[in-house]
Amino acid sequence: MLLALLVLALIAVVLTAPIILRKVRAWREDRAARAAEAGPVGLELYDPGRERRAEQRARELLRSCVNAEEWAMYRDLGFIRVVGKRTRTPDRARGAAYAYLVYPHKPIVAFVPGSGQLLSEYCVEFPDLTGGDRRTRLPASDDVLAKWMALTSDEDRVIRRANMHLVGRQLDPARVRRDLWRLAEWERRRQRGREIGHSPR
Amino acid sequence: MQPGHGEVLLAEGDPRVREDEERLVEAFRRQLDEGMWAAVPTTHAGSGRREAQMVKEYSDIPSEAERVIFFPRASGG
Repeated sequence: MLLALLVLALIAVVLTAPIILRKVRAWREDRAARAAEAGPVGLELYDPGRERRAEQRARELLRSCVNAEEWAMYRDLGFIRVVGKRTRTPDRARGAAYAYLVYPHKPIVAFVPGSGQLLSEYCVEFPDLTGGDRRTRLPASDDVLAKWMALTSDEDRVIRRANMHLVGRQLDPARVRRDLWRLAEWERRRQRGREIGHSPR
Repeated sequence: MQPGHGEVLLAEGDPRVREDEERLVEAFRRQLDEGMWAAVPTTHAGSGRREAQMVKEYSDIPSEAERVIFFPRASGG
């Protein structure tokens, strides 16, 4: 009986050893990375340019992932419209049953493109999972890209995880309506530019 | 994507080379173990429209994918 228990314990150790080793290695690498960022007395040095550089990289990453129109929208207006997937004509925002406005570090707003009716706001965030400071957040453009990737790949999952409220809890409905008007004007200008032969930026 | 840092390169290599692939698989699994979501930016062959494709296994990554982007999973804000 004792021998059987010993054998079982040995098998358990052998089976779990690779997992434990992997965790220890990851922990050591993480600790080394943190130590590299820390100063000689162990305090993390404040780098005033870090956030700006992170945001510049984030903008480039966003630009390389989204459609040209979406990038221009974000650059000019500060938000991106993503068409809801559960719609009959997903490629045409005007014919879509609903769409989302994606702002950096603000709730996602669902609306009806045809009427401009605001449906709801979805509060969602992408918290630090590495055990670091939970107050740190993604650069603004990374936050938009994370929402864009989540909505275009698995809309249901991100909407299920979000806290849904009527528009007005965090966002001012008047401001969202103004953004929809700005978006309509922006699209009109681009359309006019296309008609007279100017390729939109 | 890492809060406070933005884009961080985790691993790169040619998945057709065995050593590289092992490294990529290791990095992929570690990120998912930490609770990150993984997505691949894709372009529709016909319309040219860009979207993202969520991947949960290394084998789900399309062979033509140039990169996989890891980002913290969404939670209610």
